[in-house]
Amino acid sequence: MNDQNGDIKKMMIILSKATLENVYAAFVLANGARMEGIEAEVFFTFFGLEAIHKTKLEHLHIATVGNPAMHMPTMLGGLPGVEALATHMMKKEMERIDMPDVHEFLDILKASGVKLWACKLAMDMFHYKKEDLYEDVDGVITVGDFYKQGSGVGTHMLFV
Amino acid sequence: MEKVIAGSTVQVNEEGYLTDFSQWNQAVGTELAEEAGINLTQRHWEVLAYLQNEYKNDVPLSIRKIGKSNVVDIKEFYQLFPTAPLKTASKIAGIPKPVSCI
Repeated sequence: MNDQNGDIKKMMIILSKATLENVYAAFVLANGARMEGIEAEVFFTFFGLEAIHKTKLEHLHIATVGNPAMHMPTMLGGLPGVEALATHMMKKEMERIDMPDVHEFLDILKASGVKLWACKLAMDMFHYKKEDLYEDVDGVITVGDFYKQGSGVGTHMLFV
Repeated sequence: MEKVIAGSTVQVNEEGYLTDFSQWNQAVGTELAEEAGINLTQRHWEVLAYLQNEYKNDVPLSIRKIGKSNVVDIKEFYQLFPTAPLKTASKIAGIPKPVSCI
């Protein structure tokens, strides 16, 4: 601790969900780390894999059910089209504040030097192949590999 | 606070950013770059000029805008200013610290 003053050197972010708000949280954290000169790697596991699935990443939604911050009755959030409408409105707001869409955000993360890893176990479970993924994913790895990537002083791990 | 950079006295804030852009010149930029461990090349100067121009036009800076600038792409931007590029480049350019998270 003494020679590095507790500085954060690397952020290892695990994304396990594919709701838009979670994907953006993970991406903003990874990009924000790089902007501060901190290394960043993202491990996509379980539903988080959809954020790097070539076709699915274009169709991610925000959650309108079971999300009290939406301030809408749960029954209403479950009606057909409500999730799509809420997602459409949120995407418009995001564009206004200069937030890229998911695909462009992945391009920005890669150009910024963020490493993107797909979880092998989740890939097997969903029957995904490497070819199904966003082209610049760094590899399909195990949890053990991911921990190894994070070794060193000043690494922090974050589960989204 | 006052700081002497490349022979001229300039006003900087506690993080070392110039508070008055009119006090910036190329010699000041060169010395600020050296403090950040960067030797400025022609490419650096082109990017710095772009940042200064955006600042003069009151355009808030972000990594995404850098990528769309047609001056430099994000990958090269990180190569030119490897550590915290937007902040480092802004400091060298003599403009305020960017506040964007993206």
